[in-house]
Amino acid sequence: MPTLQEKIQMFYTMYLIRRFEETAEELYMEGKIWGTFHLYIGEEAVAVGGCSALHPDDYITSTHRGHGHCIAKGADVKRMMAELMGKKTGYCLGLGGSMHIADVEKGNLGATGIVGSAIPIAVGAALGCKLMQTKKVVLCFFGDGAVNTGAFHEAVNLAAVFKLPVVFLCENNLYAMSFPTRKAFAIRDIAERALGYGIPGLAVDGMDVLAVHEAVFQAAERARSGGGPTLIEAKTYRFKGHSKSDKNVYRTKEEIKQWMERCPIKRMESLLLEEGVAASVLEELKHKVEDEIQDAVRFGLESEELTLEEARRLVYAE
Amino acid sequence: MPNKTITYAEAIREALREEMRRDPTVFLIGEDIGLYGGAFGVTQGLIEEFGAERVIDTPISEAAIAGAAIGAALVGMRPVAEIMFFDFMTLCADQVVNQAAKIRFMFGGKARVPMVLRSPIGSGTGAAGHHSGSLESWFTHVPGLKVVAPATAYDAKGLLKSAIRDDNPVIFVEHKLLYRTKGDVPEEDYQVPIGKGEVKREGKDITLVTYSIMVSRSLEAAKILSQQGIEAEVLDLRSLRPLDEETIIRSVKKTNRALVVYEPSKFGAFGAEVAALITEKAFDYLDAPVVRLGGEEMPPPYNPNLEKKLVPQVEDIVRAAREMVS
Repeated sequence: MPTLQEKIQMFYTMYLIRRFEETAEELYMEGKIWGTFHLYIGEEAVAVGGCSALHPDDYITSTHRGHGHCIAKGADVKRMMAELMGKKTGYCLGLGGSMHIADVEKGNLGATGIVGSAIPIAVGAALGCKLMQTKKVVLCFFGDGAVNTGAFHEAVNLAAVFKLPVVFLCENNLYAMSFPTRKAFAIRDIAERALGYGIPGLAVDGMDVLAVHEAVFQAAERARSGGGPTLIEAKTYRFKGHSKSDKNVYRTKEEIKQWMERCPIKRMESLLLEEGVAASVLEELKHKVEDEIQDAVRFGLESEELTLEEARRLVYAE
Repeated sequence: MPNKTITYAEAIREALREEMRRDPTVFLIGEDIGLYGGAFGVTQGLIEEFGAERVIDTPISEAAIAGAAIGAALVGMRPVAEIMFFDFMTLCADQVVNQAAKIRFMFGGKARVPMVLRSPIGSGTGAAGHHSGSLESWFTHVPGLKVVAPATAYDAKGLLKSAIRDDNPVIFVEHKLLYRTKGDVPEEDYQVPIGKGEVKREGKDITLVTYSIMVSRSLEAAKILSQQGIEAEVLDLRSLRPLDEETIIRSVKKTNRALVVYEPSKFGAFGAEVAALITEKAFDYLDAPVVRLGGEEMPPPYNPNLEKKLVPQVEDIVRAAREMVS
C-alpha cells in the first residue's frame, strides 16, 4: 500500500495534469496552441495510478490522449507546454506536438496518433528488456478503441507466448471517438479478452487512483519476475470531447454529469482529508501547481522555434 | 438548368446521397460516419435518411473496414468506405493492395470489386506526423486500382458518382483543406469521367501540371505570373490512375515547358511519373527540362511555420515557373 506521502504525491500529480490541460485549452482558445489535441480530463487516476506503481527506469507507451501519461511519468511541464506551442524547447523540438509527445529519458516511449500502434511497440520494448535482462517493465497505455485493432490482437498474443514483461493497461472511457463500447464489444468487460490469450485479466475502477495503482503494481511485479503480461481494464471517462472538433452529440449531458461527480481528484482530496491531512497542505500544493503552470506558459511563449534547416537534419541519424 | 454553390464536403455528401437513393446496393462503412457525421462532417445527416443499416459505424478496425467493403463488393454490393485520414490507409494496405486490386485478375476476371475507399490527404491543419500524410502516390503504383483526386466541388461530386458506378476498386483522394472551399455544381445529375484531366486555365508559356490542393494554388500562381507577363496553363489531372496522357502531352506541345506541382515529398512521388511521361513523349517539344516542385523530404512537422514550408505554396510555384521561363 502507498504511504500517506505517496498518496499526497498522487493527488499533486493528478491536479498538475488537470491544470496543465485546462490551461492548454485556454491557450488553444486564444490561438497560442494550434492544431488539435485530446484532453485527458477525468482520466487522471489511470495515468497516475499506473505510473506510480512503476520503478523510475521502467518504460511506458502512450496514446493520442497522452498528456497525463507524460506528466505522470515525470515530465517537466515547461517542456511539455513548449511542445504544445511548437517550440524548439519542447520535448520533440516542436516537431511532434501534443499527439507525438515523448520523453525518452524518463522512459516515456511516446504518444502516437495511430490508435493501437503503440501496443506492438510496447511489446517490442518488453522483448528488448527481456533479451537484455534489465528487469525493466513496460506499461502500455491504450484506449478501448485500440482493443479492436488488429495490432492489439497480434501484439498481446506475442507478449503472452513470449512471456514478456509488459502490462497492458486499457483506459476504457466508453467511447472510441463517438463509437460506444456497448456497440463495439460483444463482451461485458474488455478484461475478458485476456482469456483468449491465456493471460490474467482484471477490471478496476479507473476513477480510483489507488485501485489502479494496486492492480498495476501487482501486474508489474509479476511481469518483472518472469510471469508474463497482464491485461488491466480501467473503467474511466473523459469529461471533454474526443478532440477539439467534437460536438458531443453521441452522449447525454446527464451521463457526463454523473461521471463528473466521480472526479478522481476530488475523490483523492476527500480521502486525504479523511486521513488527517490538513486542508492547508493541499491548498499549498495547489498554489505550487499554479506557479508551475504559469512558469510553463511563460517558458513556452518566450521560446524560439526550430528552423527548416535544423528540422531537415533530424530526418536521419548522422 | 441552374447551378448552385456548395462546398467540396457538401458535393461529396450529395454524390453519396444521390447514389444511395438511386442504387440500393450502395452503402457506407467507416469510423464515426453515423451520428458524429464523419471526422470532417462529410457524412452529416446521411444516417438520418438511410439508417444504420446503410451508414455503418465500425470499431477502429481499418483492415476490417476495407476487407468488409471488398467482401460485400464481391457478393454484389457497392460499398463506399471512409478511412478517416489517409495515413490510416497503411492499416488497410494489405486488403487494398493485395486483395482489392488483384482479385479480379487473379480470379481470371470471374469476380469484380466495385468499391470506393474515400480518404483525406494533406497537411496544413496542425495535426502533425500521423494525420497529415499525402500517400496517394503509393496506390497509383498498383495495377488494378483506380486513383482519383478532385480539386473542386464540381469534380468531387462528378468523380465520386463515376467511382461508385465503376466496377473496379477506386481510391478517392480528398483533401482536408478543400472540404470548406466552395464551387458551382449543376442541379441535375452529372458525372466526371475517370481518366480525364482538365485544363483549368489556358496559357501559352508553361504548363503547371497538378492535382488536388495544388490546383487552386497553381491558379493563384498563374494570376501572379500573368501580371509579370507569363501566361501559365494549369492542367488539373483529376485522375492519377488511369492518367490522361493525351491532355498532358497536348498542353506541353503547346507551351513547351512543364512544371509538375504536388504536395507529397518530391522524391519518388506520382509527379515523377508525370515528369517521366512528358520526357518520353514530348521531349522534342521541350524548351526546358521538366521540373518537379514537391514537398520537403521530411515527415509532417507540428510547428505551423515549418508545416507551411513542408509543401509548395503559391510563391514557390511562382518562383519555380519564373525560373523556367526566364
